[in-house]
Amino acid sequence: MKVLVTVKEVAEVGDDFAIEGTEIAESDLEYDLNEWDDYAIEAGVRLAEDGIADEVVALTIGPERSEETIRMALAKGADRAVRVWDDAIAEAFLDVDTKVDLLEAVVDEEDPDLVLTGVQAADDAFGATGVALADRIGFEHAAVVNDLDLDADAGVANVRRELEGGVEELTEVDVPAVLTVQTGINEPRYASLRGIRQAQRKEIATKDLADIGLSPDDVEGALTVTNMYEPESESDAEIIEGDPGEAAGRLAEVLREKGVDA
Amino acid sequence: MADPAVLAVAEHRRGELREISLELLTAGRELADAIGGELHVAVVSGDVEAHADSLNREGVDAIHTVAVGEEFDHSVYQGAVEALVDAHDPTTLLLPNSVNGLDYAPAVAESLGVPLVTDAIDVAYDDALTVTREQYGSKVETTIEVDGDRFAITIRGGEWPAATGAGEATIESFDAAVDPGESGARVQGYEEVGDGDVDIADADVLVSVGRGIEEEENLELIFDLAEAMGATVSSSRPIVDNGWLPKNRQVGQSGKVVTPDVYLAVGISGAVQHVAGMKGAETIIAVNTDPNAPIFDIADYGIVGDLFEIVPELIDDFE
Repeated sequence: MKVLVTVKEVAEVGDDFAIEGTEIAESDLEYDLNEWDDYAIEAGVRLAEDGIADEVVALTIGPERSEETIRMALAKGADRAVRVWDDAIAEAFLDVDTKVDLLEAVVDEEDPDLVLTGVQAADDAFGATGVALADRIGFEHAAVVNDLDLDADAGVANVRRELEGGVEELTEVDVPAVLTVQTGINEPRYASLRGIRQAQRKEIATKDLADIGLSPDDVEGALTVTNMYEPESESDAEIIEGDPGEAAGRLAEVLREKGVDA
Repeated sequence: MADPAVLAVAEHRRGELREISLELLTAGRELADAIGGELHVAVVSGDVEAHADSLNREGVDAIHTVAVGEEFDHSVYQGAVEALVDAHDPTTLLLPNSVNGLDYAPAVAESLGVPLVTDAIDVAYDDALTVTREQYGSKVETTIEVDGDRFAITIRGGEWPAATGAGEATIESFDAAVDPGESGARVQGYEEVGDGDVDIADADVLVSVGRGIEEEENLELIFDLAEAMGATVSSSRPIVDNGWLPKNRQVGQSGKVVTPDVYLAVGISGAVQHVAGMKGAETIIAVNTDPNAPIFDIADYGIVGDLFEIVPELIDDFE
């Protein structure tokens, strides 16, 4: 069985940042592996370690900089990686449909049995790509999976889906399938030094739009960001000032007024 | 019956209509007014008649009941919604940004070839649709203009008030010709998780800890504080994901909803999923190093500072 794990380099914003037009200033962004995708990688690598997956391929849409991120996936045990990028992609706002166009092209080439994605990306938080991809490529799917038991012989994935309010749904999903992976499904490993060294030797195949049979017109999405701003705080919180001792003392008074006392 | 501007799809679970269904009606009416047209509502599976009665609120023009299956099944929902779109040609599909909403909305949008915007916190229509949503962990809001004649939007729970007032909607059953038996994903059952020895939902005072605690060993500090204050320890999601505390301690959308007298949030940024579980606390107090952390937006009292300096002082004070 071949497992394809989609991985995204996400932009993170510190406490202080500037907005330039409809984007955050590049100098205020830091890049990291999307947290949810880290769990998806771990799920894929465990399938390989359990002898269920023969190959785990990491797939990303991202500029050259994101090779650092995809090497994390390789260092943790993915066998090889595919990176899709093009100057035309850099200029577009990648909506769900466009991402699916790009991913579908690679899925056609790779022909995986199982696709694992993070539930959402920490930066744009659309949470939709995995399920939309499943519909496009004719795979079954399950969203927000926090437990996976794959029965390859029976061709089913037994999953738990984490619903709201502490309820889990137990579902049997036919494979091939796309599963969107929730944090907490496993404990992602740290990349070992040996893994990091090995990752340097693993293949990252780079593909532009022409390589996957698409044109710049295909990445023109339907969504345009027209404004970006910091939300106004609706806070009427009383901020307790002072050094830690003073602030804690005042907080203790407040707590006692509210009836807190051991 | 005129073509609807908006078709909203209700959500229910284990016999109960979920609150977001009524919020969808409010958002749906606003948008239908802006576009100019009717608000239709679909309710799929389960006791559709009873749910239709509950959904018959002021501003709803029509309710379509699809009596197939009992519980949520994404292929049934997808088939039903696509058939309704075929039959009634709505401009906008309005769906819940819930775990189940995100299990079928993207497939519907993909299949129908309509643009999808998820997790909307505001919507407006003036010749074109614009949707407001958050990015970068709630640090910024963006408005997104959608190019197209038809749209799919999922809305965040808690952003619109629930629709009230008795309605005069027509209620019609709709034959969507979908078969739950053909689904490639079969629900086997449900399980409540996280019932343990401690019930944080019962506690009057909670000391809740988040990512700011950094290391598992540091949790001892939080337990010391809780003991000094006579409080119970709860947490945000990352602490449970790390395996540092059991699931029954987790406050939030996927954890427990708590309504203590006092909720002291230590090192918790206040992501929307967490806030969903604790905003009903009578008094909310936050200790966090980041003055822009969203937790301060809902806190009554706050200390902008390092928990490793504040908490030991607080323990001293109570001991």
